[in-house]
Amino acid sequence: MATAEIPYQETVPLHHPKTWIGKYVFSQDHKVIAVQYGITAMAVGLVALFLSDLMRIQIAFPGFMEWFVEDYYYQAITMHGMIMVIYLLTAFLLGAFGNFTVPLMCGARDMVFPFVNMLSYWVYLLSVIILLLGYIPGLGGPTGAGWTLYPPQTITEGTPGADWGITTMLASLAVFIVAFTMGGLNYITTILQARTRGMSLMRLPLTVWGIFVATFLGLLAFPALFVSAIMMILDLKIGTSFFMPAIVSLGQTLAYDGGQPLLFQHLFWFFGHPEVYIVALPAFGVVSDLISVHARKNIFGYRLMVWALVFIGILSFIVWAHHMFVAGMHPYFGFFFATTTLIIAVPTAIKVYNWILTLWKANIKLTVPMLYALSFVLTFIMGGITGLFLGNVIIDIPLSDTYFVVAHFHMVMGVSPILAIFGGIYHWYPKLTGRMLNDTLGKWHFWITFLGTYIIYFPMHYLGFIGVPRRYYENFESSFYPVSAQHLNEIITWTALVVGVAQLLYVINLVHSYFYGKPAGDNPWGANSLEWCTPETPPGHGNWGDRLPTVHRWAYDYSVPGSEKDFIPQTVPQGQTS
Amino acid sequence: MAEAAQTGQGPLTTIVDDWSSDVTTFKAVPWGKAMMWIFLLSDTFIFTSFLVSYMAVRMTQTDAWPEPSAVFSLEAFGTPVPLLLIAIMTFILITSSGTMAMAVNMGYRKRKVAVFWLMFATALLGASFVGMQAFEWTKLITDEGVRAWQNPMGAPQFGSFFFMITGFHGLHVSAGVVYLLIVAIRVLRGRYDNTSFEIVEITGLYWHFVDLVWVFIFAFFYLW
Repeated sequence: MATAEIPYQETVPLHHPKTWIGKYVFSQDHKVIAVQYGITAMAVGLVALFLSDLMRIQIAFPGFMEWFVEDYYYQAITMHGMIMVIYLLTAFLLGAFGNFTVPLMCGARDMVFPFVNMLSYWVYLLSVIILLLGYIPGLGGPTGAGWTLYPPQTITEGTPGADWGITTMLASLAVFIVAFTMGGLNYITTILQARTRGMSLMRLPLTVWGIFVATFLGLLAFPALFVSAIMMILDLKIGTSFFMPAIVSLGQTLAYDGGQPLLFQHLFWFFGHPEVYIVALPAFGVVSDLISVHARKNIFGYRLMVWALVFIGILSFIVWAHHMFVAGMHPYFGFFFATTTLIIAVPTAIKVYNWILTLWKANIKLTVPMLYALSFVLTFIMGGITGLFLGNVIIDIPLSDTYFVVAHFHMVMGVSPILAIFGGIYHWYPKLTGRMLNDTLGKWHFWITFLGTYIIYFPMHYLGFIGVPRRYYENFESSFYPVSAQHLNEIITWTALVVGVAQLLYVINLVHSYFYGKPAGDNPWGANSLEWCTPETPPGHGNWGDRLPTVHRWAYDYSVPGSEKDFIPQTVPQGQTS
Repeated sequence: MAEAAQTGQGPLTTIVDDWSSDVTTFKAVPWGKAMMWIFLLSDTFIFTSFLVSYMAVRMTQTDAWPEPSAVFSLEAFGTPVPLLLIAIMTFILITSSGTMAMAVNMGYRKRKVAVFWLMFATALLGASFVGMQAFEWTKLITDEGVRAWQNPMGAPQFGSFFFMITGFHGLHVSAGVVYLLIVAIRVLRGRYDNTSFEIVEITGLYWHFVDLVWVFIFAFFYLW
């Protein structure tokens, strides 16, 4: 390996901000930007959580909230989905974890273009504000088209928010994509061009690999959403017919003619399926690192883990139409996309086996981050296996638009990444603030959230099998399914309320521990990767003092026989043990 | 692996060497240049999505699609010449890529005044391209009655896609003109004197990309 190269960033001085505003508000420090991203994403995520609880109350006890009319229900569905997928999960995993971990784990002083990185956050905040403008009273509220925003119903009269709400939604998405692009270009360039001495790509922790591949997916998939947002705004505002066929609505012939609704679905899912992996891959990476650190054992099959991430990333671009089996495509398309979809199970299964083999005979420490990592693996297996059902055309068609689908995607890309995010927060909070999070509160939060999600989503598979349709405002008494289905719905709702309120434990923990938490020290978990080797905790601006660290080994030398401690940080030269 | 490269074991070895090395993957590539390449990759997907949507909608159209050689003809010396204006516009944009390439060359020789004038010429050619595009739009709208939402010659999607895609490209060219002028003035004022003038090449990457995209738009709208 060539190590003669001097990292460029060591030769240029960093400009330190002089004012309080420069340090904490318009900061160009990647760690501050990470916190800003994280707090904004969590705040907007709590809004989406609140909406989901409103929907659950409506489903279980129709009529209990008289003010919660049909329109509100559909608006809540739409906003819940879009906020969770884009503004919470994508923004948190890439904006918060990406910003915090990439420079620290690569051994960089900061992102390559800190100013652009700062803009990324402020534009993201703008997109959140535009999204919430949909709730301005008197304008019809946000869109209620469902997060997939399928035309023609999205922009025809009768759908809630078909005028103002959809405009704010599409504008907000376009602005979000600009923000993501500015951040994403930074992450990729930093990982490729700004590592420290000795840090080769194959010595990067898997967290960085997950973020790297996911960012690539984002940069190539978000353009399709951007284009479809522009085209739908034009359809809505100036009357083009990109997506709108000739249509009679409420007895009126609309002015549209000759557009293709199916085109929107293709564009949307060309973005939408990679989006699943934009959320999943960073979670894979984080969980791989958490399992290795807290099981005190090297990750099993590191190289295969990296290649699995890359192959999942590539495959995710040729599976999108499995979301459209009932859309009226040519059946041969369904055959092709079902095949590619099932092929994705291979690299994914490799990852799951490697996690389990990492745990095999390991010295497992059941810390709070580890509990979250383990629960991620379990939840991901559950959600992944139901994915095999839905990936097959012939099983998917009867299950389409039932609660089975709801259960599947919540398990695989809702709950799983959230568990990984919680795990990552409990893991990195000590480095970020210098204090430990409270263990007891953390464990309460974990068990309520983990068991709660199973009580919520497990029965939904059954509801789907007996044919309960999703997105219905009210399930009227029907001979199609038994009364017990409604009783299940009530159980689910009570649990959802408990889990929703339990998230307060976590918020309290974050705030309380910031002031009164146990001091963490530099490396409370005994971890190897570079972020635990900073000269200060929390790391100062520029991270490393005068000289960048030198990396001599991969990040997974745990429990090496003959070494005095059970971990050997990446900065320790080969042949030495501490 | 480094030894293998020195003994000259072919291109594959050197690629593996670069990708398994520390610090940088692309050797001697400045951060800005790497970032511009990745951005252009992303932007490629935007234009690809636009053009694929155009193809999909056009292929499923039941209404007539206007004949491009008739719609885009220009009267010269009393006879209509098909695609005359587009030919000039394309020629101008390709020429501007030539002046841009010369500016990059002069940049690496640190001849700042030459860089300034060549970039200025590039910007001027770009601006005249946008000007001619405005002329073409005006002609389509006032003479032929084409709007983004209607088209007297058949399918309304002709106007929709034409204005949307050429408009989006025109915005790229306009942004490029501003970008060129800013960099040109900064070069002249000596802002990049301590660098190897890679900023000129980075600007050039963007400009050539905009030029290349036009070639595809030209082929799909005017020759199909």
